Amino acid sequence: MTAATGHQGRAAGTQRQLPGLIAHEFGSDFRCFERNVQSVFFTLVLPVLFLVILASIFRNATVKVPGGIMQESVYYVPGIIAFGLIAAAFSNLTVTVVRNRESGIYKRRRATPLPASAVIAGRALVAILTALAITVLLLVVGWAAYGASIPGRTAPAFVVDVVVGAAVFCCLGFAVASLIRTVDAAQPVVQAIVLPLSFISGVFIATSELPGWLAGIGKVFPVEHLVAALLAAYNPHTTGSGFRWGDLAVLAVWGAAGLIIAVRRFNWLPRGG
Amino acid sequence: MNAQANVEEQALIPLIREAAARLPDGQEPASGGPVIEVRGLRKSYDGVEAVAGIDLEVRAGEVFAFLGPNGAGKTTTVEILEGYRRRTAGDVWVLGVDPARAGRDWRARIGVVLQESEPESELTAEECLSLYAGYYPRPRQVAETLELVGLTDHRTARCGRMSGGQRRRLDVALALIGDPELLFLDEPTTGFDPAARQSAWEVIAGLRNLGKTIFLTTHYMEEAERLADRIAVLAAGRIVAEGTAATLGGRDTKASIITFTLPAGVPAEDLPPAVTGGIVGTAGGRVEAQARSPLSLVGALAEWAKAHAVDLPDLQVHRPTLEDTYLQLTRGPR
Repeated sequence: MTAATGHQGRAAGTQRQLPGLIAHEFGSDFRCFERNVQSVFFTLVLPVLFLVILASIFRNATVKVPGGIMQESVYYVPGIIAFGLIAAAFSNLTVTVVRNRESGIYKRRRATPLPASAVIAGRALVAILTALAITVLLLVVGWAAYGASIPGRTAPAFVVDVVVGAAVFCCLGFAVASLIRTVDAAQPVVQAIVLPLSFISGVFIATSELPGWLAGIGKVFPVEHLVAALLAAYNPHTTGSGFRWGDLAVLAVWGAAGLIIAVRRFNWLPRGG
Repeated sequence: MNAQANVEEQALIPLIREAAARLPDGQEPASGGPVIEVRGLRKSYDGVEAVAGIDLEVRAGEVFAFLGPNGAGKTTTVEILEGYRRRTAGDVWVLGVDPARAGRDWRARIGVVLQESEPESELTAEECLSLYAGYYPRPRQVAETLELVGLTDHRTARCGRMSGGQRRRLDVALALIGDPELLFLDEPTTGFDPAARQSAWEVIAGLRNLGKTIFLTTHYMEEAERLADRIAVLAAGRIVAEGTAATLGGRDTKASIITFTLPAGVPAEDLPPAVTGGIVGTAGGRVEAQARSPLSLVGALAEWAKAHAVDLPDLQVHRPTLEDTYLQLTRGPR
């Protein structure tokens, strides 16, 4: 990756095309991700720790799910997959975007021919790729340690849920990033959103064990719908292909709202002054 | 220090050749046409005028220094020229384009060193430059650019672990990687130690030799004096003086100050008329005189001293410095 390889292969003096620029941004953003210990810990290590801890505590317990009961250790696999996916696609993305904007990194890039679409798409690809990576990691740990497996008939629904979930939380990440004014506020704001929602959306505690009003609040937000959609793929009582169209529709609405805010409010310049 | 400077000078030679080779036949470098033209520029924030009507012209190949105290409107003006901020009124052309409507092709022709910006802390200097090189249609070579700013030895250092001076050099390298025609440097050496400032000046002087046009803002008079072909002084949103370092604010025609101490028992009245006519103050035998033509006053004083066998060992002739002129221009009831 030198300057020379950057401009060989296109006529000297012409601007680079968007796909090439997106790939270029993605490569660099991914390198920044994998070299940042905090990013790797919170997105790839912490969700695995949570799964191991929770599934070990409730090893012999069962939990009420739609259609009947299931092993609690298996129940935690889709819940923590949702948690890991959100950490990668939403939390990490939000914090990185705020940091890049507030420290003047985006401002500097604004003075170059790089279009905003390449900045956004490059970073979104990192978020989606790391979301897929933590999903696969948790799938494997869940299967190997707790015998959690997805039947073939619900596997396509599971893949769709993961892809939709990653895309939706990525849009929400850009939207929330546009509302945060300082680097110091980014991590606390993100955790203040993700942690309470995780508790009332079936990530750490099954929604069947929550008071009705709390579960009702959870249903307004996208986390609950992602958990419910992923759980359907693991739930032994699920009949048919396991597509939860209602949950996917709610996720899509949140994603669209996030996308509109993100596109309208994207800013290259620091907001904190 | 000297070894460093030599490395940088040597690095410039191939760059100059390369720049010369790129020019189309018959085209002169630094032909002197306007690169920046500003007419009646105004910018208000919530009704307060930060820039209150500025006219500017920067010609191709010149180093133009923009001086002024904090809050005078320097950064606001520069950020309008760079395309970051919208103006309230006036006309602005940078490389023949209105920066408020400029696109990718225009951005490929400018380079910007911001007053404050952090690097991508997880990348090395080399990776950072390769990243930015990939944004441009005709980038400069990474290794060569690292050498130009004296970062070759630190190319594999993570940007997050670099010293302030090294980061500033990287800022300059990142602004140069697209091989711009016009470079904006917003207080490029603020916070540098004297040695780092000296080597930054060598880099900037080298860029001028490559035919780049440079728009520089600074607090340091010495920096403007060393680097700039022309200087404009901004105070409270207005340009209060414009000229070269030698002529700014009428500095070349201002009176010199001549001071000396008379020996005990010699009253100032004994001095010849050519000297007494210029005296503006005497205190404890110390005489201060002003003269537009310092040589005639000093000549008369010397003849008188020789004739009276008097020595004046602390005789001084003081020209107003650029800093004196600047302080006079920017001071005031604002």
